Amino acid sequence: MSTSPKLNAKIPEGAMENKWTKYRSTVHLVNPSNKRSLEVIVVGSGLAGASAAATLAEMGYKVKVFCFQDSPRRAHSIAAQGGINAAKNYQNDGDSVYRLFYDTIKGGDYRSREANVHRLAEVSGNIIDQCVGQGVPFAREYGGTLSNRSFGGTQVQRTFYAAGQTGQQLLLGAYSALQRQVGMGTVQLMARHEMMDIVNIDGKCRGIIARDLVSGKLERHFGHAVLLCTGGYGNVFYLSTNAMGSNVTAAWKAHKKGAFFGNPCYTQIHPTCIPVSGDHQSKLTLMSESLRNDGRIWVPKKQGDTRKPNDIPEEERDYYLERRYPAFGNLVPRDVASRAAKERCDAGYGVGTSKMAVYLDFAANTMRYGQIEANKKGIHSASKEQIRELGVAVVKEKYGNLFDMYKQITDEDPYEMPMRIYPAVHYTMGGLWVDYNLMTTVPGLYALGEANFSDHGANRLGASALMQGLADGYFVIPYTIGDYLSEEIRTKAIPTDHEAFVKAETEVQERINTLFSIKGTKSVDHFHKALGKIMWNKCGMARNAQGLKEAIEEIKALRAEFWKDVRVTGEQNEFNPELEKAHRVADFLELGELMCTDALHRNESCGGHFREEYQTPDGEAKRDDDNFAYVAAWEYKGESNFELHKEELKFESIKLAQRNYA
Amino acid sequence: MSHGNMNLTLKVWKQKNKNEKGRFETYDAKGISPDMSFLEMFDVVNEQLISSGKEPIAFDHDCREGICGMCSMYINGRPHGPKQGITTCQLHMRSFKDGDTIVVEPWRSAAFPVIKDLAVDRSSFDRIMSAGGFVSVNTGNVKDANNILIGKNEADEAFNAAACIGCGACVAACKNSSAMLFVSAKVSQLALLPQGQVEKQDRVLNMVKQMDEEGFGNCTNTGACEAECPKSISLENIARMNREYLGATLTQNK
Repeated sequence: MSTSPKLNAKIPEGAMENKWTKYRSTVHLVNPSNKRSLEVIVVGSGLAGASAAATLAEMGYKVKVFCFQDSPRRAHSIAAQGGINAAKNYQNDGDSVYRLFYDTIKGGDYRSREANVHRLAEVSGNIIDQCVGQGVPFAREYGGTLSNRSFGGTQVQRTFYAAGQTGQQLLLGAYSALQRQVGMGTVQLMARHEMMDIVNIDGKCRGIIARDLVSGKLERHFGHAVLLCTGGYGNVFYLSTNAMGSNVTAAWKAHKKGAFFGNPCYTQIHPTCIPVSGDHQSKLTLMSESLRNDGRIWVPKKQGDTRKPNDIPEEERDYYLERRYPAFGNLVPRDVASRAAKERCDAGYGVGTSKMAVYLDFAANTMRYGQIEANKKGIHSASKEQIRELGVAVVKEKYGNLFDMYKQITDEDPYEMPMRIYPAVHYTMGGLWVDYNLMTTVPGLYALGEANFSDHGANRLGASALMQGLADGYFVIPYTIGDYLSEEIRTKAIPTDHEAFVKAETEVQERINTLFSIKGTKSVDHFHKALGKIMWNKCGMARNAQGLKEAIEEIKALRAEFWKDVRVTGEQNEFNPELEKAHRVADFLELGELMCTDALHRNESCGGHFREEYQTPDGEAKRDDDNFAYVAAWEYKGESNFELHKEELKFESIKLAQRNYA
Repeated sequence: MSHGNMNLTLKVWKQKNKNEKGRFETYDAKGISPDMSFLEMFDVVNEQLISSGKEPIAFDHDCREGICGMCSMYINGRPHGPKQGITTCQLHMRSFKDGDTIVVEPWRSAAFPVIKDLAVDRSSFDRIMSAGGFVSVNTGNVKDANNILIGKNEADEAFNAAACIGCGACVAACKNSSAMLFVSAKVSQLALLPQGQVEKQDRVLNMVKQMDEEGFGNCTNTGACEAECPKSISLENIARMNREYLGATLTQNK
């Protein structure tokens, strides 16, 4: 296999551990006076976008930030719960840059690019330093040092956290850095704006068309470079842990204008979410992976057991993760845990009314914590009830907000009985293909954070999304963008009456006109739900060739129906959430087909991509390294026409091996 | 499509934009399940409106898990509805009875102009943050994180203040439309931490100045903000901000 000539990953030469240091020290710089005349557009204000925008503005670039929410602080990074990884080795448990690098490559089932992942591990410690400097209130020990906990797929404690609100605190840190620059006038903030298309001039990305979501007007914005920090596309499944507004539109428009899409089929199904309760459901809620530190996952040993969980004695419970994977137990990676839950439920051991759920039980650890507290307090003859009470207080401090949320949604008290959980769509490892500089195949167009494909392979480890978003924004793009912008110092700002801007805006306007003109009978949500069902059933936790072929045809038919029968109410020149949704769902209807195409072509199982035809005798994902150790980067060639390009993945530092968590 | 068997009457504020006058409109919400969130109930109503060719009700929402602060809605006279410590997206229909009439309005404050129906403009909060809600530390100029030791209690207290989601319920609940709880939460978080000490005087003075310029009212210690805050941000933060503010005005030589 050889890499397509259209894909140059620009990985620096040299030993893995020296690549980034050497590159960082030799990459072209832009002098401060030139930075002032270089304009950078940042689309999205989550961890990647806010950190990139703030840092680039601090360096002197002129920055514009766009977000569709009413404030940058609402970006969906805010909802990340459990934590952020960093190779600090504060716990003296053998952590190192190499170990974080190794865990991430292995966790990603050997489908990520080594050089990018190594860089991620190298800068992980700087992120924690930076956030603490901003005043992010991480959890601490009594001695005043930072606290850590464990996440899946690792055997060290390297996860930093702020209760169950780590994403919120990190985002507010980046947001405060961003607002500081807004106040200084170095960043222009465009909230309630949605990117509708990118504008390319002479083969380079030179700006965007945006829609002001309040006035409805289309706007043209020039930039010497454009950064897409627009998150993942999990909402293609309709039901996911993503926010309602999370969408693929920015990435998809870029894809249609020349940016290759990398590994679109790699989707992360998170094992611990609150199960679906009815067809009214609009989104799924995650229960943090950190709960697997202290929660034990089980189902009854008897099929179709209808007893209440607390009435099922210990010896009649099957702690299936501990049974199958004794070395990692409940802390196996997400893809493994999700499949194991599905396997038990499919085999008839599921619990709850839908029978599509398993238990996440805190009783044992509550008692263990209670006993420690009793010992600390010198209570030697504590009753069982007293110990439980002391334990509940500890659990409350660690996970209180999650337990409250669970109770609010399900009307069941998780302090009294085990949580019911089931896997749900959570994150997309796939995204726009980028080189080592985070640049897409369109010069001047970058993708950061979840929007790119590069660091997590076929499965992301818990607490690594926050790490990657902030690494890209704070510590990667500020250096790598110099490689491009140093060549642009002679480019004057291009007036937005340039024909390319006019043409792009006209195309957007025509699409809006078409959407209103259909005046069909079905709502946008109707199509979104129908698409979600196809994707979940045929391109979800388990896939097979037959189902994927059917899905492609079903999506094509649904897309045709959408453009014939969708009803978009209201008008363009006003605040119109239905029109916003229509644009996003129209793009999901195209993306879904590419995801299925990618899943169908990848005749192997790896990480979150589980093809039923390719599994080991004990039901684990079976990779085919001889034929599929590559990134699938798809080029858009017109409707339903995608051309595959391959970037060969070379493993120089880590030996390819079958993942083993037993 | 039927979901459940609750039937409700909604009286909802409809307003085309910030310049036009608004009015209440009455809607039937039929076939509602007690397991739905309040926003999912709105989804059902909007779906019915669209299918009968009418315009749906505009409202702000995003994460639907109680953390982004986007959803608003003043429900039966209370921000985020009748239950304490939650946002509207976490309010479930089991908190209502079959046959209830529910009145839904936008946040009402001069500093939060209505965009449409139930959606308001809260960009004043962003501008207050720009005035001083940060530590001036550029990317890269920090030491190893564990060089700063912070006692667990101080860290926890700072975290409790930092839990604010910027939703604006405090302003909506206040008869004066005061933003003191919001501003004081950020001032407190940074005043409690060593990282925030260097700029603490400028911070409180600048943020309060911006708050006043945005048209928020004064605090008269009613405490409605704390009672309605979905994240239970404490009034103590306002006391701490007042102390910081007084200290800054007395000692700053400007």
